[in-house]
Amino acid sequence: MKVTKIALILGLASTLPNLVNAATLEQVIKKGVLNCGVSTGIPGFSATDSKGVWKGIDVDFCRSVATAVLGDASKVKYIPLTAKERFTALQSGEIDLLSRASTWTATRDTSLGLNFAGVNYYDGQGFLVKKEIGVTSAKELDGASFCIQAGTTTELNLTDYFKSNNMEYKAVTFDTSGQTIDAFKKGRCDAVTSDASQLYGLRIKLDDPKSAVVLPDIISKEPLGPVVRQGDDEWFNVVRWSLFATLEAEELGVTSSNVDKQLKSSNPSVKRLLGVTGKAGENLGLKSDWAYQIVKQVGNYEEMFDNNVGKNSPLNIDRGLNNLWNKGGLMYAMPIR
Amino acid sequence: MNNSKLPPTSLGLFNSPKNRAIIFQVLSLVVVVLCIFYFVNNMFDNVAKRGITTGFSFLGETAGFGISQSLIHYDDTSSTFLDVFIVGLLNTMLVGVIGIILASGLGLLIGIGRLSSNYLISKLSLVYIETFRNIPILLQILFWYNVVLAALPSPRQSISYFDSIFINNRGLIVPDPIFESGSFSILVAFVLACISVVYLSKWANKRHDLTGEEFPVVKVSLGILIGAPLLMFFLAGQPISADYPALKGFNFKGGLTIIPELLALIFALSIYTATYIAEAVRAGIEAVPPGQKEAAKSLGLKEHVILRKVVLPQALRVIIPPVINQYLNLVKNSSLATAIGYPEIVTLFSGTTLNQVGQAIEIILMTMAVYLVFSIVISLLLNWVNARMEIKGR
Repeated sequence: MKVTKIALILGLASTLPNLVNAATLEQVIKKGVLNCGVSTGIPGFSATDSKGVWKGIDVDFCRSVATAVLGDASKVKYIPLTAKERFTALQSGEIDLLSRASTWTATRDTSLGLNFAGVNYYDGQGFLVKKEIGVTSAKELDGASFCIQAGTTTELNLTDYFKSNNMEYKAVTFDTSGQTIDAFKKGRCDAVTSDASQLYGLRIKLDDPKSAVVLPDIISKEPLGPVVRQGDDEWFNVVRWSLFATLEAEELGVTSSNVDKQLKSSNPSVKRLLGVTGKAGENLGLKSDWAYQIVKQVGNYEEMFDNNVGKNSPLNIDRGLNNLWNKGGLMYAMPIR
Repeated sequence: MNNSKLPPTSLGLFNSPKNRAIIFQVLSLVVVVLCIFYFVNNMFDNVAKRGITTGFSFLGETAGFGISQSLIHYDDTSSTFLDVFIVGLLNTMLVGVIGIILASGLGLLIGIGRLSSNYLISKLSLVYIETFRNIPILLQILFWYNVVLAALPSPRQSISYFDSIFINNRGLIVPDPIFESGSFSILVAFVLACISVVYLSKWANKRHDLTGEEFPVVKVSLGILIGAPLLMFFLAGQPISADYPALKGFNFKGGLTIIPELLALIFALSIYTATYIAEAVRAGIEAVPPGQKEAAKSLGLKEHVILRKVVLPQALRVIIPPVINQYLNLVKNSSLATAIGYPEIVTLFSGTTLNQVGQAIEIILMTMAVYLVFSIVISLLLNWVNARMEIKGR
């Protein structure tokens, strides 16, 4: 008896590694919920509103993937992570998808056992300074102290920028962006440096947002995108094409308000996108109306952008690089066919 | 069936309680080792499957980020992750050493004050202990940090003393000593002074034992410790000069900056730990039989001499073990500095470095090893002191 019990326990234990490595898509469908890693509060990207509801362009991406896989945008469990926790959380399987304004770099893509599934926001590093110090360009910041969030590409870019311009600086690093902006408020540092989009978000948190300005200088490329574990191509495809679907919908003019009408569209591209014809959904291991549901429940990329960071939001950031390729931006979806 | 054919010794092997005990111990050891092996193997297997880089080669790579306080030379663009590790280690040690010294002094004072016959002093000590002991240390760290930042002016409105010491919300800026050639002789003079002080106190003790005469050891020692290096300083032609801080642009250039994070952390840790040390001191003093004190009093010794020569030496035996614990706690609590951005080992190494490199297992293991070594060294050191105290007291 005892021997069989022990054998049973050992047998169960030996299946543990397989559990961890099982296909994420199947797991998510089985659980009925998507564990999505987001930030601890970056306005416009992922932050809770006054009612405790998660909002932001990264949050909308979580919802898109949940919609594609589970058919319901609300079936997302948001797991707030600091910059330094995020990759470990993904590696260990605590989350299925990391959608947390993470910069796509070679080191992260190759040595962490992770893959970036695309870019949902093209950003660049900038500086937020108090108006009273009278600085108009980053080149005038020689000798200044900077508040930074630990574990970001920002820390490295800052070093590179000051070294290449033969300037000096002092870095004061904090765990969360909240602590960073707090220290800036109290005058611990002269400037905050981060991705420019985040700086606009942090500025709103100041008592008097107009007392600070974001300098025009952009010192780095920060392509931000969703991240998944390496070696699970099926899941990688689902995430990547969920992103493409939102872009394709914008390009084809399919929005959450006209998507039902568009089902009867004669445009073959729209038909393929919405699953009227073709087998895009089936090939991904999803239902044929996956993209229809994304646009219906969450919206296309333009809607996500405008509502969270663009013209309909307090951040009011210009589309700029994040416009579609045929409108002067870099956003380009591979064709669905 | 076959039992009857077995040799009697083999029966005895399993039936003797001694052998059984050994067999079961060996068996459980094997199970434990197998379990550990299984988990470690599983971990490596999973890490390899996911294509996560392993090993310690990352320590040689260039770190490439700035650190606000470093006791060794650290360059943003050329220093490696190993340097980051050392910088973090030294910063943790700095907080530990200063914190332990301040907490001990403060704790001793408060502990004695708690037993004072002066109503005000004893009640103030009580209030101090009960207040700071009952507020979580993390909150205290945040409190002091906010106090430090809120109370101090910006660099341009710095509070200055003699135009060489400045206080503002970037920290305490003092002149940085520059050691020129010849300053080594001052160090030699200081070491010699230390040695002579040790011999002086031994000689004074001996004389006291033989003749009963007192010698002003403390005053003379202080004189030697300060006088000898000072004399050498002038003899060697003043080889130490100072780099004075000056306001240039946004911040002070030159000088030595003590960052507000360090100040806040040391404040919080020593004030918090001192409460526990004070209670240990009080317990130790109360454990000394009152007859000892009365006997000393009847000999005509003064109050402070009784405390120093009769009560404290005996109390120390009771005080040291709990105080060891508090020292260990102080060092471990210093990792909470990550909340205010003080660059100690947890912030720098298992924070920033972990995120840049992504090798969680190696980095967390190294960080844990640091605290383990710190704790073991502190407890060994104080156990040794404890052992010496015990023999001396009897």
